[in-house]
Amino acid sequence: MSDLVSQNVNMIFKSLKGETVHALKDISFTLKKGELLTVLGPSGCGKTTLLNIAAGFLRPTSGTITLGGKEINGPGLERGMVFQQGALFEWLTVNENVNFGLRMKKEDPVKTAKKVEEWLDIVGLQGFGNTPTYQLSGGMQQRVALARCLINDPDLILMDEPLGALDALTREKMQSLVLKIWKETGKTIILITHSVEEALLLGERAYVMAPRPGRIHKEYKLPFASLGLKEDLREIKNNKEFVTKREEILSMIWDMEEEIMGKENLG
Amino acid sequence: MITGIFTFLIIFAVIGSILYGQKLIKTEKSDAVFGNPERAKGGIHWVIVGTSFLLFTWLYYSWDIAKSFYPKSANELCQVAKVNESLLSLKYLFPIEERSHKSTALIKRENINISDKIIEIQNSPDLKNQVKEKFVNLLNKTRQTIPLLTNEKYLEIETKNTINELTNRIKQLTEDFPKDNYPPPLSEEEENKRIEATKKQLGWGATGMEVPPLPESKVGLKFHTAAQELNSISDEFFAMRNHHPEYLRLLNEIRDEIKEYRNSLNDDQEIETTYIKEIKKLGQRIEYESVFPPNTLDEMEKAIRVFDKVQKKEQGATRIKDMLLFPGGTIVASGPTCAEDGPGRWLPKPSDTFRIFGDLLKPSVGFKMIPMIWYEMMGVNRIVGFLLPNWIADIMPGKYPVHTSDGTVEPNFKSKVLDVVTGEFEAFKIPVPTGHIWDSFLRVFLGLTLGIILGVPLGLFMGLNRFAKGFFDPLVELYRPVPPLAWAPLVITVFGIDNVGKVFLLFMVSFSIMIISARAGASGTQLSKIHAAHSLGASRWQILRNVIFPNSLPEILTGVRVAVGMCWGTLVAAEFLAGTTGIGFVENVARKYMQYEVIWITIFVMGMLGLLFDVTIRKIIDKTIPWRGKG
Repeated sequence: MSDLVSQNVNMIFKSLKGETVHALKDISFTLKKGELLTVLGPSGCGKTTLLNIAAGFLRPTSGTITLGGKEINGPGLERGMVFQQGALFEWLTVNENVNFGLRMKKEDPVKTAKKVEEWLDIVGLQGFGNTPTYQLSGGMQQRVALARCLINDPDLILMDEPLGALDALTREKMQSLVLKIWKETGKTIILITHSVEEALLLGERAYVMAPRPGRIHKEYKLPFASLGLKEDLREIKNNKEFVTKREEILSMIWDMEEEIMGKENLG
Repeated sequence: MITGIFTFLIIFAVIGSILYGQKLIKTEKSDAVFGNPERAKGGIHWVIVGTSFLLFTWLYYSWDIAKSFYPKSANELCQVAKVNESLLSLKYLFPIEERSHKSTALIKRENINISDKIIEIQNSPDLKNQVKEKFVNLLNKTRQTIPLLTNEKYLEIETKNTINELTNRIKQLTEDFPKDNYPPPLSEEEENKRIEATKKQLGWGATGMEVPPLPESKVGLKFHTAAQELNSISDEFFAMRNHHPEYLRLLNEIRDEIKEYRNSLNDDQEIETTYIKEIKKLGQRIEYESVFPPNTLDEMEKAIRVFDKVQKKEQGATRIKDMLLFPGGTIVASGPTCAEDGPGRWLPKPSDTFRIFGDLLKPSVGFKMIPMIWYEMMGVNRIVGFLLPNWIADIMPGKYPVHTSDGTVEPNFKSKVLDVVTGEFEAFKIPVPTGHIWDSFLRVFLGLTLGIILGVPLGLFMGLNRFAKGFFDPLVELYRPVPPLAWAPLVITVFGIDNVGKVFLLFMVSFSIMIISARAGASGTQLSKIHAAHSLGASRWQILRNVIFPNSLPEILTGVRVAVGMCWGTLVAAEFLAGTTGIGFVENVARKYMQYEVIWITIFVMGMLGLLFDVTIRKIIDKTIPWRGKG
């Protein structure tokens, strides 16, 4: 039982001026083991805050979030994280980046080397082990980041707009890779994204969040992720149901954005 | 000789490079776009031209070309300078290079002086009217002596004859000077003596800036002899006094009056004493000045003008050499000696400079008995004794040995340890570097290393911790803005003029720079990298060691580069202040003795070492942080 359970999580930030920002309000959800959840929303809706709380970088103002029954109160190895820009250590080679976690745990270097090779195979970076990471392209850097996270065998993988900075073609390839890894490893994944298409394509479930205060606005159950494992992603995008859902969510987010703009104009 | 070859090489290099540049322009695909940075690529041949121009300017302005092609020119110019110098005192009498006659100027000035003094006395609140009247009267009498000097009526026959005689001597010299047989040949014995003396004198520049003063050529001898004659004429002229008995009578009258008055003064009448002394001085000045009636010296003036023209014409080729090869200056004479005056004085000749540089580099010569950079054999025991602290022996078990009753001392374990840590044992020797340059280098290295070792951890700590930042900020920010040299007097007084003081000063310099750069590096670490490291299970120490430190390396190494430059500059100035070794010390001593060559050599060495440091660090930076700017 290693479900992620969030109960009435509230997050209130206080600025130095004394203003309070209600970043998250009464967030409750349960994520079963092996599920892939995508989170969508306009900027400022608290997506990243939620992820940071799940990762243990932030503590919620109230409410609890547990993984496998244990309350999260700090970063841990059982929750891996992938960042937008990769956040690779550019002074290290691909190998050194990937085995970073294992090195920190001082594991046997021979075993580690074998594991690194396997994971580089899986993410499609065979032969790049000794390349310095600053010489890699954006897509390859994200592959390294994935491998670096997965080699620690975490129960939960948190992805903060991992594909946001990639060009369209690379992005599509990486989406297939994420699906493939999800299928093969059976990990629980939370993926935050700006792209409605990506949320629909990858998520078994998708949450659309609304801002001020940050809350879950609507939940979708989606069939496309399982489809995507068999079919071509581009065909799914032309699927009628997919298009309807996409337009629905897009207009929802548009309305939210307009509401924010209106509020700001009034304020 | 070498300079001559160099001059031609430079000319060939410049012409060759320019031709090569022309050829390149013709053969290259021309890129017509102005502003394309590609156009600035390459161009080693222009580097050659630039260097050649620098060298050529140096050779030319330091008069090394003159020295190389016409080694006797300085000696000849020295003789010409002697004539000019002798002529100058005579010329000053007339409006040749001045605006008025010397006599006119003197009379004008003395009249003003007397009038000023009269006004001063009349306005003085400290003098009684009676005394004022007396003083004014005396001054008026002094003024009355002037007409006795300037009236032709009072010009004595004897004086007139002397003036005529001197004028004739000048005319005679003018007549003889251009002749081939001038100067008249000396007796064989005297001539040999003269030649002997010229052979003994050193060459031009051999002792730094001296010019051989004795004439070495025929033209030189001509000018030398003429200068002697002119000296004798001017000596005689200035010894002559235009004092008519009438003038002397009035002068004595004034003197007696002054003497009488002074005798009547009491010791406490200081103001009166001062005034009377000044009045006496005014009279004396007029007495010793060569004041003559108008037009008396007209003949002499004409003769001097004619001679000046003739001697200038006689200079001939020497004059052209002076203009072309001695830019911005010339050789000047002062009595029997000559010296360079102009850039030749402070811009050493390359030939001399390289020779002195070669001497300095010889370990046996060096500077002040210390080689510039060399090695010495040092016992390993001394190094061990220096590195190990002596308290190691103190904390060993047991007691130091006490002498026995038969007057010997038995060494025990503790005393043997003491021998080791103080370096008192036999050991083989290894070569270690030594010398001025090495000393300077070592100081910079030690100061910098200490600064890095202590500054980097503290800087990282300050970049990550609120307490550390707040606590150490005042300390660093209060001492850092003070120019390091302002600390030097204090630091050197407290820590001594030797290495400790300088190393500490350099430590202060590098410490603050390292703190600032390490701090900037630490606080510039992207949060996502730290988050990533956390979620990969790294501990705090591991994050510091494996994420924050490498991430700060670019800033830290840039800081090192800045610190090296600052340390080097500070060190040289600190060595100026005090010390007995080091490249700055060398320059300071050379300055005291006006050894321009050594000054320039030290400047060059410092520049090269500074460049070496910077290039080394740049190489290290490129090697250690290739990811810089690409993260």
